[in-house]
Amino acid sequence: MIKAILIFNNHGKPRLSKFYEHYSEDTEQQIIRETFHLVSKRDENVCNFLEGGILIGGSDNKLIYRHYATLYFVFCVDSSESELGILDLIQVFVETLDKCFENVCELDLIFHVDKVHNILGEMVMGGMVLETNMNEIITQVDSQNKMEKSEAGIAGAPARAVSAVKNMNLPEMPKNINIGDISIKVPNMPSFK
Amino acid sequence: MPAVSKGDGMRGLAVFISDIRNCKSKEAEIKRINKELANIRSKFKGDKALDGYSKKKYVCKLLFIFLLGHDIDFGHMEAVNLLSSNKYTEKQIGYLFISVLVNSNSELIRLINNAIKNDLSSRNPTFMCLALHCIANVGSREMAEAFAGEIPRILVAGDTMDSVKQSAALCLLRLYKTCPDLVLMGEWTSRVVHLLNDQHMGVVTAAISLITCLSQKNPDEFKTCVSLAVSRLSRIVSSASTDLQDYTYYFVPAPWLSCKLLRLLQCYPPPEDGAVKGRLVECLETILNKAQEPPKSKKVQHSNAKNAILFEAIALIIHYDSEPNLLVRACNQLGQFLQHRETNLRYLALESMCTLASSEFSHEAVKTHIETVINALKTERDVSVRQRAADLLYAMCDRSNAKQIVAEMLSYLETADYSIREEMVLKVAILAEKYAVDYSWYVDTILNLIRIAGDYVSEEVWYRVIQIVINRDDVQGYAAKTVFEALQAPACHENMVKVGGYILGEFGNLIAGDPRSSPLVQFNLLHSKFHLCSVPTRALLLSAYIKFINLFPETKSTIQEVLRCDSQIRNSDVELQQRAVEYLKLSSIASTDVLATVLEEMPPFPERESSILAKLKKKKGPGAVSVELEDGKREGGELNGGGERGDTPAMSASNASTPSPSADLLGLRPAPAVGSAPPSVGSLLVDVFSEGPAAASAGVNDDGFLSSAPPPAASEEPAPPLPEAEDLLNKFVCKNNGVLFENQLLQIGIKSEYRQNLGRMYLFYGNKTSVQFVSFSTAVSCPGELPTQLNLQTKTVEPLIEGGAQVQQVVNIECLTDFIDAPLLNIKFRYGGALQNITLKLPVTINKFFQPTEMVSQEFFQRWKQLSQPQQEAQKIFKSGHGIDTEVVKAKLLGLGTALLENVDPNPENFVCAGVIQTKGQQVGCLLRLEPNAQAQPGEQMYRLTLRSSKDTVSKRICDLLSEQF
Repeated sequence: MIKAILIFNNHGKPRLSKFYEHYSEDTEQQIIRETFHLVSKRDENVCNFLEGGILIGGSDNKLIYRHYATLYFVFCVDSSESELGILDLIQVFVETLDKCFENVCELDLIFHVDKVHNILGEMVMGGMVLETNMNEIITQVDSQNKMEKSEAGIAGAPARAVSAVKNMNLPEMPKNINIGDISIKVPNMPSFK
Repeated sequence: MPAVSKGDGMRGLAVFISDIRNCKSKEAEIKRINKELANIRSKFKGDKALDGYSKKKYVCKLLFIFLLGHDIDFGHMEAVNLLSSNKYTEKQIGYLFISVLVNSNSELIRLINNAIKNDLSSRNPTFMCLALHCIANVGSREMAEAFAGEIPRILVAGDTMDSVKQSAALCLLRLYKTCPDLVLMGEWTSRVVHLLNDQHMGVVTAAISLITCLSQKNPDEFKTCVSLAVSRLSRIVSSASTDLQDYTYYFVPAPWLSCKLLRLLQCYPPPEDGAVKGRLVECLETILNKAQEPPKSKKVQHSNAKNAILFEAIALIIHYDSEPNLLVRACNQLGQFLQHRETNLRYLALESMCTLASSEFSHEAVKTHIETVINALKTERDVSVRQRAADLLYAMCDRSNAKQIVAEMLSYLETADYSIREEMVLKVAILAEKYAVDYSWYVDTILNLIRIAGDYVSEEVWYRVIQIVINRDDVQGYAAKTVFEALQAPACHENMVKVGGYILGEFGNLIAGDPRSSPLVQFNLLHSKFHLCSVPTRALLLSAYIKFINLFPETKSTIQEVLRCDSQIRNSDVELQQRAVEYLKLSSIASTDVLATVLEEMPPFPERESSILAKLKKKKGPGAVSVELEDGKREGGELNGGGERGDTPAMSASNASTPSPSADLLGLRPAPAVGSAPPSVGSLLVDVFSEGPAAASAGVNDDGFLSSAPPPAASEEPAPPLPEAEDLLNKFVCKNNGVLFENQLLQIGIKSEYRQNLGRMYLFYGNKTSVQFVSFSTAVSCPGELPTQLNLQTKTVEPLIEGGAQVQQVVNIECLTDFIDAPLLNIKFRYGGALQNITLKLPVTINKFFQPTEMVSQEFFQRWKQLSQPQQEAQKIFKSGHGIDTEVVKAKLLGLGTALLENVDPNPENFVCAGVIQTKGQQVGCLLRLEPNAQAQPGEQMYRLTLRSSKDTVSKRICDLLSEQF
């Protein structure tokens, strides 16, 4: 099963954390830090698997990760999962995010944590994979958005804030996440390994 | 069109997030967050009712704050309000909050459960999915109790939407994992298995996880899934890449589901049905064939997906281990991957090949890749991959290639990553021992190990080489010569000095003929290292010196000179000082004959499992560490440990009065053993000069400074004693050693010894998992009046127990006066973050302080009559628990600590015993009579137990304790 799904940026700032086993809040934060430490010190071009940190269960668990531009996507899984399968799953997740947010970038994850959780919820539930078909996932997310829109009415108006915020002068202006194959707007980015 | 339009959002939230992101320092961030928390808190508490939008906004803020690592301890109620709303947006955010910030407050859960119940019956698929997600995320027992009956119904109902079915399957799986007792599959089994045939691939994807888990637990009930899985797999494998439409991923049809199907099949042996098996073999062959076809796409995703299936197919082939043809093909395929340019594939190929190497069909085929693997060990850039290569070399090693592999691993050790060195050392040591044809090669290898990676050579490794040298006379001379040469290096590792000291002390005579290694040269060589060594090593060297005096009388004066010098005889270390004094005295007083007997060559060690192997197993594996295994290890490992060494009195002399069977005599173990069992002067040396009290006082000091131990690391209150603590205590009334407690994580073994009113208990805490216990602390406490009755002293234990390791703790016990309650032992540690808090009763009972008293019939009854006041007697009549077996009863009574008196009672069926309880203040005589009615029908058998003693509380307590034993 998948024990945890973590997304953090190159500086170790968590952007999403989802644990499928209960840990105390404190331990969760420690796990995120430990995982970042393990993953970030690895070179590019080495393999995408490594043994899990002590806190999350040591060598019985594997960390399977991908590094896209500014973000690390890390899945911590036990021995019942196929490593390459999970690698593909990460890809499906990112492609789905990319479709839902239209060129997803780190800011989308920051400002729409709830949406990201929703999308993830359509793929993984209780640590098990619910759906791998991207179109199916997007259909579900779409129908939720429609419901949201229909309910929003006037309350949904104050929304321009986000786009304004996006153009504010931010300390690090993240690039688009480069997911290799599908519609990329940023030229000359090396495709991920 | 993007599915999430970027415009909609909440202004307040966006502003808050931007504020946080613009904070220049951590302090500013915390300040901003605290301000926001105060704001939200006041809004939630305020009089004005908040509208759904505001609630949603604030809950989102809380979620964001939580993600940044701040505790959120409020807002749950608002979240429950949101999830009970009819609006999707509010409901969704409410559920999200609860899922992220799970709270086990039962009042809250009750409210949530109500909302979930409504949503499940709403027939709105979106709401149902939200509710199912929430159950799966929280997964508490209360939720399982509320919904475990309902969810299977939703899962198999004909009119349930596919997306709801998917969620229901995984929700049920989650509940089954938390509370298997509440999820009763009985009537649903067959319909659940048939979900494998569902038209919707998503449903199959979700259901297969559920079925796999259920099959692992109840393989028989679910075995029909095998044929269904095979036919589903076969349909996927033989389909064209376009057949499965959306489930085709980069030209590979349903790769995820294929992997899961292959995993499910790994829960079972090969299908018995010939047709099914044939179909499966065909699938596996097709998968292997496809690997050779040219790729349909150059994208890495395409090859990933294809290879994911391939690796699972290979895992299944290895699992079946019955098709030589497929095994060899699998091996060849992996061989290709070993040289693949993708690091991931090399990693996985090495990993899979490890399991393949243990199959008899493919072991030879795996061996052909040895050069590639060695090359991987040398050249891979990624330590994860190198580690796998080392594992594989270890797995493929046999007699034919051992020398090559060991040599390669040794040379790799010189540059290996620090993180894997210890494991590498263990592996080399094991392989060298296992495949040693000539033992000189073995000795060379281990000495090389110490030379190259001395810091990583654990005690087990060098203990083992000494065991082997002592047991094999053909290698002793060679070993002596080799260590002598090795010691000549200007800087040699302390472990080398230890091995050298030990071996020369035993077998130095075998090379003494050569003037270049004459006795005096040997001694000077050893002694030149002495001052650079730690205390345990020096202690060992002192023992080697006294052995030299026996082996080479001509060195006697030189060695005595060394022993006599102030730095030895007045050494501040009590162990060294004592050895110097004792050895000096021994060498000057004892005759040559006595000396020769005392310092005789060590007898061969009994053959045991290699202690190193045990250590590696512990390091690597989930295997439980039992006290027995540990003991085996310790006795096996410590060359010099143990009371069984009666025939080498010198070596056991300093140990003779040390109660622990595992305490070592050379004092080589680090602090715990040395400190806890200070070697006091043994029986032999007592004759030479009596220094008992000094040693005893050393012991007291040792324990004394420990009472000022730091407070336990974990701050939580000790848990109340476990419900079974009393039963566990009762198990130890008639025995002193055994396993006191065991759960999935921890095993606690006990060894104890009592003499007069004193006792010493060794507690062995074994970590059964492969993960460290951190913040490990134990506390022994005396409830109630006990502190005035019993005096307990103990040392703190190391706060860290490595996975598979065991630590020991000594409790010194002094009985001041008779007592009833048992002391409490509280153990706390963190395992994977969760605090474990266990309280047990320490099995110290009043009968432990019994001294058996032999007496004849007349005397017994005379005393019996003297104790005739009513309060001096305690009596119980009770049913026999396990039938009456005389031998068992006798054993129990002896275990109680009393003397079992034969031919005292006129009725030979009865048992009578006598003993005196020794406390510091007084002695309490105690007489016991146990009358069985053995003639009665089984099940009707009764005992009458009568206790008489000079103290009413003692009679009563022993009567209570003993009556639980039959």
